[in-house]
Amino acid sequence: MSDATDIHGGGGARVSGLADLRATGPQGMIVLRGDLADPGLRTAVGAVYAAAWPGAHGVSFAPPRGLCWMSPDEMLLLGPKDAVADDLAQLTAALGDQHALAVDVSDARCAFALSGPAAREVLAKLTPADLSPQAFGPGRIRRSRLAQVPAAFWMAEDGTTIHIVVFRSVAQYAWDLLVGATDPKAPVGLRQG
Amino acid sequence: MSTRLPTLGRLIDRSAPVKFRFNDRHMQGLQGDTLASALLANDQMLVGRSFKYHRPRGIVAYGAEEPNALVNLGHGARLEPNQRATTTELFAGLRATSQNHWPSLEFDIGAINARLSRFLPAGFYYKMFIHPRPLWKHVYEPFIRQSAGLGRAPRRADADRYEHFYHHTDVLVVGGGLAGLQAALTAAQSGARVLVIEQTAHWGGRAPVDVTADPDRSHVNGKPVDTFVEQTLAALRAMDNVTLRTRLMGAGVYDHGYVLGYERLGDHIPDADGPRHRLWRIRARRIITATGAIERPLSFAGNDLPGVMLASAMRDYAVNHAVAAGRRVVVATNNDDAYRTAIVLHDAGIEVVRIVDARPAGGLLTDDARARGIRVETDRAIVRVKGGRRVSKVQIGSQSGTGGALDEVACDAVAMSGGWSPVVHLWSHCGGKLLWDAAGAFFRPDPERPPLGADGAGFVLPAGAANGETDMASVLRDAHAAGCAAAQAVAGTAPDTAAPEAASTPEAPLDPVWLMPRNARADLRAKTWLDFQNDVKVSDVQLAAQEGYESVEHTKRYTTLGMATDQGKLSNINGLAILSDALGQPIPATGTTTFRPPYTPVSMGAIAGEARGPVFQPLRRTPMHGWHAENGAHWEPVGHWRRPYAYPRAGESVHGAVMREVTNTRANLGLLDASTLGKIVVKGPDAGRFLDMLYTNMMSTLKPGRCRYGLMCNENGFLMDDGVVARIDENTFLCHTTTGGADHIHAHMEEWLQTEWWDWKVHVANVTEQYAQIAVVGPKARQVLEKLGGMDVSADKLPFMAWADGTIGGFDCRVFRISFSGELSYEIAVPAGRGMAFWQALVDAGADFGAMPYGTEALHIMRAEKGFIMIGDETDGTVIPQDLGLDWAISRKKADYLGKRAQQRRHMVDPDRWKLVGLETIDGSVLPDGAYAVGSGRNANRQAVTEGRVTSTYHSPTLGRGIAMGLVRGGPDRMGEVLTFPGTDGKIYKARIVDPVFFDKNGDKQNV
Repeated sequence: MSDATDIHGGGGARVSGLADLRATGPQGMIVLRGDLADPGLRTAVGAVYAAAWPGAHGVSFAPPRGLCWMSPDEMLLLGPKDAVADDLAQLTAALGDQHALAVDVSDARCAFALSGPAAREVLAKLTPADLSPQAFGPGRIRRSRLAQVPAAFWMAEDGTTIHIVVFRSVAQYAWDLLVGATDPKAPVGLRQG
Repeated sequence: MSTRLPTLGRLIDRSAPVKFRFNDRHMQGLQGDTLASALLANDQMLVGRSFKYHRPRGIVAYGAEEPNALVNLGHGARLEPNQRATTTELFAGLRATSQNHWPSLEFDIGAINARLSRFLPAGFYYKMFIHPRPLWKHVYEPFIRQSAGLGRAPRRADADRYEHFYHHTDVLVVGGGLAGLQAALTAAQSGARVLVIEQTAHWGGRAPVDVTADPDRSHVNGKPVDTFVEQTLAALRAMDNVTLRTRLMGAGVYDHGYVLGYERLGDHIPDADGPRHRLWRIRARRIITATGAIERPLSFAGNDLPGVMLASAMRDYAVNHAVAAGRRVVVATNNDDAYRTAIVLHDAGIEVVRIVDARPAGGLLTDDARARGIRVETDRAIVRVKGGRRVSKVQIGSQSGTGGALDEVACDAVAMSGGWSPVVHLWSHCGGKLLWDAAGAFFRPDPERPPLGADGAGFVLPAGAANGETDMASVLRDAHAAGCAAAQAVAGTAPDTAAPEAASTPEAPLDPVWLMPRNARADLRAKTWLDFQNDVKVSDVQLAAQEGYESVEHTKRYTTLGMATDQGKLSNINGLAILSDALGQPIPATGTTTFRPPYTPVSMGAIAGEARGPVFQPLRRTPMHGWHAENGAHWEPVGHWRRPYAYPRAGESVHGAVMREVTNTRANLGLLDASTLGKIVVKGPDAGRFLDMLYTNMMSTLKPGRCRYGLMCNENGFLMDDGVVARIDENTFLCHTTTGGADHIHAHMEEWLQTEWWDWKVHVANVTEQYAQIAVVGPKARQVLEKLGGMDVSADKLPFMAWADGTIGGFDCRVFRISFSGELSYEIAVPAGRGMAFWQALVDAGADFGAMPYGTEALHIMRAEKGFIMIGDETDGTVIPQDLGLDWAISRKKADYLGKRAQQRRHMVDPDRWKLVGLETIDGSVLPDGAYAVGSGRNANRQAVTEGRVTSTYHSPTLGRGIAMGLVRGGPDRMGEVLTFPGTDGKIYKARIVDPVFFDKNGDKQNV
């Protein structure tokens, strides 16, 4: 088990089993609440985030920034951690008087990545979300849970890396869960169709 | 005796012996055996004792339906009771012990109950133990508890690991027999995702066994059945959209196509690493139940003796494991299928001494048997089986008679078949209804009344024998049709393929035989078992009917019929047939009992999954959690958080630490990790209006830069949360909630915004975990912040109930000048990632000022000294703010707020409501928490009248005495009165009603 510092802080904690699990370290995250169908809101976001506007249950990236659809009135905006204050200021300025709420939640979350051919299978031990390739292809995001805590996760464009975000206070719990689920002695061996 | 045969044995490897122990006797089986087949191969027919009479019990079935062969499996940390020998795959070193006997399996004192069986009729416990009443608690219940239960509960923690697995599929096929495989193939040809699960380790079900008796007449697509199974499996394995799993049982079907599957990964290889069981939590759009059928016993006297076995089971043991249940076998039947057992045994060299057929005539299989020279007697019944711990002979008489013996034959095993019942459990779990099939004498799924899904369509499709089909051709046709229906439902198209052509031996109809002989005498009926495990006999069910039991559900509970671990898999239909007969009504009028999940018991470990040890529950940690642990925190669970209760030093008691922390904070400087407090941002043009509705006081008038304490009530007026609201700017507020309220207040806000005030322009975000928040408290609080430097925290610049953004010691922060202790106090929020560093900076800089961390108990004492209420102490869901003297925080100017109308109801304005006061013990001692004040006289229930209770109570180191708060009838009007609190310690406490603010009434200390 890695200690909390490895999971938060600079990240770097890593475990290899059925899948490769790693703590990906600081990640800039802004929660934007507003009407995602509003063109004005899209324009304001577009001024800071170059990524294409994602549809429902989608993520979209223009590295180093990205957009994650969270609900019809919530978007998670990803970017470099050290740029998050500037991003937020720019976004707030671009939003002007529009009715929206944007707040920095970078410190409230912890990010992990799970990769390898068995990544879906490992995560499926912990979440009721449908992780089949049909339902959870590249660029898809789900807000669900890992065992007893909420989590969001999306499939990267490579189709084999799943990025996971959990609340900071339960990062150790989520990490321990994932370490258990990657135990090389517990393969499910499910054929993915 | 039972023995291993020189021929047959399709599942065993004769070159691979496996050693195991049963009741500390060393035995040997073969690779491919189950524990049951290995026991039989060792002539161990006696495997347990029944529950009530401790009658000797032998193996009666072959699979999941086994009621008798239950063993304690394993030992130490791997002991598990009530494991069915029939579904336990044999492995080297297996250790099993039999259950429910003392001192030994062979000699059991409890068997004396059988001698008393006349005095232990149906409903015995209800009749016997009801009088006299007091004896139940002190005599009967302890005795019954002692003798209850079959196996022994393990004493040690489970050594194994378990996990869950979520799976989504278009079609789930439960059962890997002919029907399941065919249905899966058909469904998969549409391109749908198909998962096929089979509870045993083998595919093909029982068809390969059955055709052993009549291979020449049995084929599929012109080929042997085995070939068809292999080819179908190969075709399924080649399809990317198909997943096949063995040792995975469909345990339960629930709403919305949710199915629980129970995978036994390690039971047959117990020393292997990895999880022992895996609970599959499956979502399927359509579920095909190809769960087969279970053979019914026949009801004749002595049918519970070891050596009496289901005919199909006896055939299974012979064909699959080359085990014969006896050397001289009598077969009793009401149908053709049992002849297969006679033929298989005969061909394997076992003497079949008689086939007793209750019907006037049989079919082709009867001819087959006669052609082999087997003596078949029709219109005959077994009137009684004789023997002690094992069958020794059988008396045969007329099926239409009352039990007169016409013949007696010596034998050591009896194969019985009363027909087959489709396994309708999974169909029924979620509401599928049943039809009585008179021809087959069984209940089958009613296609008109399936369990309905969210789309209004049936989502369970029964197939094959589970759907009441009996011959191979119709089984395969039915399975193909189920596959097509599932494909149509999930893929919008059914494959353009035909069902396989199949042929099997035509069978003559069965005769429903519910009692053998039909008019058996009372003494025989009292020896005729329906439920082998629970010792329910034909006479018990008839007695229940006589006593007025008409409902099958009531009769089940009264007689315990079908309440054993097999849940009536063998006894159900026979029992309700007897009940129907006794009630003089047809069987469908009686109906069945309810089929409930799981199909067979599922291990507790599988249900718990990964949730044990460190991940039993999520433990929430603040950014400073590690520091607290390293500095000796004595933890208090607060929701899922762990908060330091106090930080006892070496040699210091927890109480001592709490006293020190309070005193030091009041005299010098205390540091509190307040990160767990909820923080919710509320923003929008309507934010002020929204908060005015949520809080009892006015929030919209709050000025940016200022803070206000607020109360939040639910619609019923009850106080549910409190906290400080800071106005960030014109449109933005930051609401602090209690630690436990963070999530539910956030949800509360979202609910009102989404359901009632959806047109208000307000957004909320829960930023609780974005910040580490530290309370810097005490007379020297300002000094330490000034030492760290960075922003002006003076009384002028940052007065009480103001907030400001800035930097302290180089940390970007937001400082709130608020106090829950009555001291000069700053609550400082920094980004969570900086929390630990900031805490350390405060600890280091504070050293010169006597800084000490303090925990939640010191926090509680200091707030109680100041008369501040605590949600959960002074409130319990029935308390309104007015009860707590918080009228000052309730706006009278507002037209409305949540709870306002409720607080105007008559009961809420009753002057007799208990109200908050302070309590001071006369002798300075500490009042017991939760103690009630007694008044004079008795109430209508002859209880002492109470007039108040203690809500918070502490020893105050500041005042050097016990202080408390409590709710007291007419409280504030009774200042100075002395109340009496009887303690549970036998002492009587006297306390005077005082003002709840014990310390610094003018607030001078916090306002400096």
